[in-house]
Amino acid sequence: MAEVALLEVSKSYGTVEAVRDLSLSIAHGEFVVLLGPTGAGKTTTLRLIAGLERPDRGNVLIQGRVVTDEVPAERDVAFVFQQYSLYPHLTVYDNLAFPLRSPARRMNENLVRRRVQQVAELLHIEHKLGNRATALSGGEMQRVAIGRALVREPAVYLMDEPLSSLDAKLRAELRLELKRIQRELGTTILYVTHDQIEAMTMADRIGVMSEGVLIQLGTPREIYERPNSAYVASRLGTPAINLIPAELLGADAVPPQVRTVGLRTEHIRISSVDRPGPLARVHWVEHLGDQNHVHLKLDTHSLVTLADPVQPLKAGDQVSLEFTEPLYFDQAGNRVAADAFRGHA
Amino acid sequence: MAEIKLESVAKTFGTFAAVKGVTFTVDHGSFFVILGPSGCGKTTTLRMIAGLELPTAGRILLDGEDVTARRASARDIAFVFQLFALYPHMNVRQNIGFPLRCQNYPRAEIGQSVEETARLLRIDHLLERRVGGLSGGDRQRVALGRAIVRRPKAFLMDEPLGALDSEFRRLMCGELRELHDRIDATTIYITHDQLEAMAMADRIAIMNQGGVEQIGTPQEIYDRPSSMFVADFIGAPPMSFIGVQAALQRGDRSIRIDGVAIEMPEVFEDRAEGKFALGVRPENVSFADASPLRGRVIGAEYLGTTQIVTVITASGQLKARLPSGKTVRIDESVGLALRPDRLSLFDAMSGRALPSALYAGGSRG
Repeated sequence: MAEVALLEVSKSYGTVEAVRDLSLSIAHGEFVVLLGPTGAGKTTTLRLIAGLERPDRGNVLIQGRVVTDEVPAERDVAFVFQQYSLYPHLTVYDNLAFPLRSPARRMNENLVRRRVQQVAELLHIEHKLGNRATALSGGEMQRVAIGRALVREPAVYLMDEPLSSLDAKLRAELRLELKRIQRELGTTILYVTHDQIEAMTMADRIGVMSEGVLIQLGTPREIYERPNSAYVASRLGTPAINLIPAELLGADAVPPQVRTVGLRTEHIRISSVDRPGPLARVHWVEHLGDQNHVHLKLDTHSLVTLADPVQPLKAGDQVSLEFTEPLYFDQAGNRVAADAFRGHA
Repeated sequence: MAEIKLESVAKTFGTFAAVKGVTFTVDHGSFFVILGPSGCGKTTTLRMIAGLELPTAGRILLDGEDVTARRASARDIAFVFQLFALYPHMNVRQNIGFPLRCQNYPRAEIGQSVEETARLLRIDHLLERRVGGLSGGDRQRVALGRAIVRRPKAFLMDEPLGALDSEFRRLMCGELRELHDRIDATTIYITHDQLEAMAMADRIAIMNQGGVEQIGTPQEIYDRPSSMFVADFIGAPPMSFIGVQAALQRGDRSIRIDGVAIEMPEVFEDRAEGKFALGVRPENVSFADASPLRGRVIGAEYLGTTQIVTVITASGQLKARLPSGKTVRIDESVGLALRPDRLSLFDAMSGRALPSALYAGGSRG
């Protein structure tokens, strides 16, 4: 049984359709990430599940129960926001204990202590329990904020960009940690972000959203390797996939309905001019340490590819290109399977 | 075009030493990036070059001429702060021409300079448009246009892309560098973002607590970091460190970790027994079943082409960059192989790198 399910849910604000006919089901113990730019409808989706918004159409189910008409408190969900909202006058311990001491729950203090202790250990903040919340670093504060959600054991945790206010190093650390905790506890998480690295590294499945619509849902590998559209292909991968007009590759190089060819940086091979293949000019070489990004001009189009730092390339060099595993897209940007091409050739 | 030289430049505010004797030379036409965390003194250094702060000690030379005590307006340097500060009531032409109008240039000359600048930035078709209706990228180009229209000797940029989202920032990095090349400028650019620095710089100076930790090309700094601070600041993910207790002798080519001899570049110094840190970049770690250096996998992060696998060993955590096709199981025990010629060894107390064959070597390979 799905832990959380959305059935053809829609929500508009005035004339803006924030979420359109969204269906999504999240299994028990699954980590699902909704990825998309600002305004894609990700946060609205979370708010619909939490009960902070009511859908115009469709239903929300939690553990098989229709909760569409329930208020947030009845729904058994925990929400973690982007900005850690801790009580500054309380200690870390009291901040963590707060949700358990709510009058509705009336948990016995011994139980509260045990639970807070457990969560603090999990988050590696057990030595900070006596500190004031304001005497913590940013990373510690965010851990406490996540911890405050974890002390409860709801059906699902809803997280809205919880790491985005942290610096890059801390974000990388907490990413790994959040995934570890989720795996150890077997919790169900729906996580919203516009950061593709967070999505790829933490998700069991990623849902790519755009303009209120869920465009593709799949494992990170499926989304990266088999995107259903040029839009999805361009959401994952750094540097972004190269999208070039099909005619640049020549008429017989691609199936007839193909308008755009997608080439990931790792699928462009550079060789010397005497080898067959389209010719390009090196525009500039970007050094990233472990590898170089080589910016190429193919006709008037810019391409980026990867090269080992030992490969001697400099601006102005003429090179021959070889493309492996191209992705084909039609006029509308939808993916055209490569086997269609093998039949054609 | 200009050469900018700093000689032992220092700045103190009260008892706080913001910049502690910084020396470097920025060559004609080069793109120089000062990289460091907030509070490292990079902005103060830039403001002294611009003439917005007076150094407490040291000299600043612009094309060989001592400008240390000269006012900002007399230095012929353009300072670009966070971009996007456009005058909303003016059109593109008026925005770009503004600095020239302030200095009472003749109208005809202003017109010509503005058009030239706009062509350079490929926004000449937008000259009569209001800035309000422009895309983010075009607004950024207009702001740049305003900075370059005077054709100053040098550009100083203080985190100009800091306010942008990451994808757009990457795009503008490329454009800024291209513009720099096209107008043959000398640029000093400051940032705390190592990717920006690596992507754009001819040379990088890494600052920490008011001092320069290392100056070099992006590749030199990446391959041969002079300190643990630099090694940790550069690279995503950064270099991993394994703690070792050892005594070293000149000519040593290996070090024992958890009782296992690890091959490394020849050490050029004798060192008494002490704490060291062996530094290894993620792409130089691989799995080797037979290796006696063991660890337990605690995380795997899929990144498309590659994955970053975090392994915990008895002496510390290591990150390995592996092909994404490789199957990795959490909690699995694995053998680790470290690429011998690419290992750095640091004094764990001072954080400084020990001289070795890697550091003595010239270019990579």
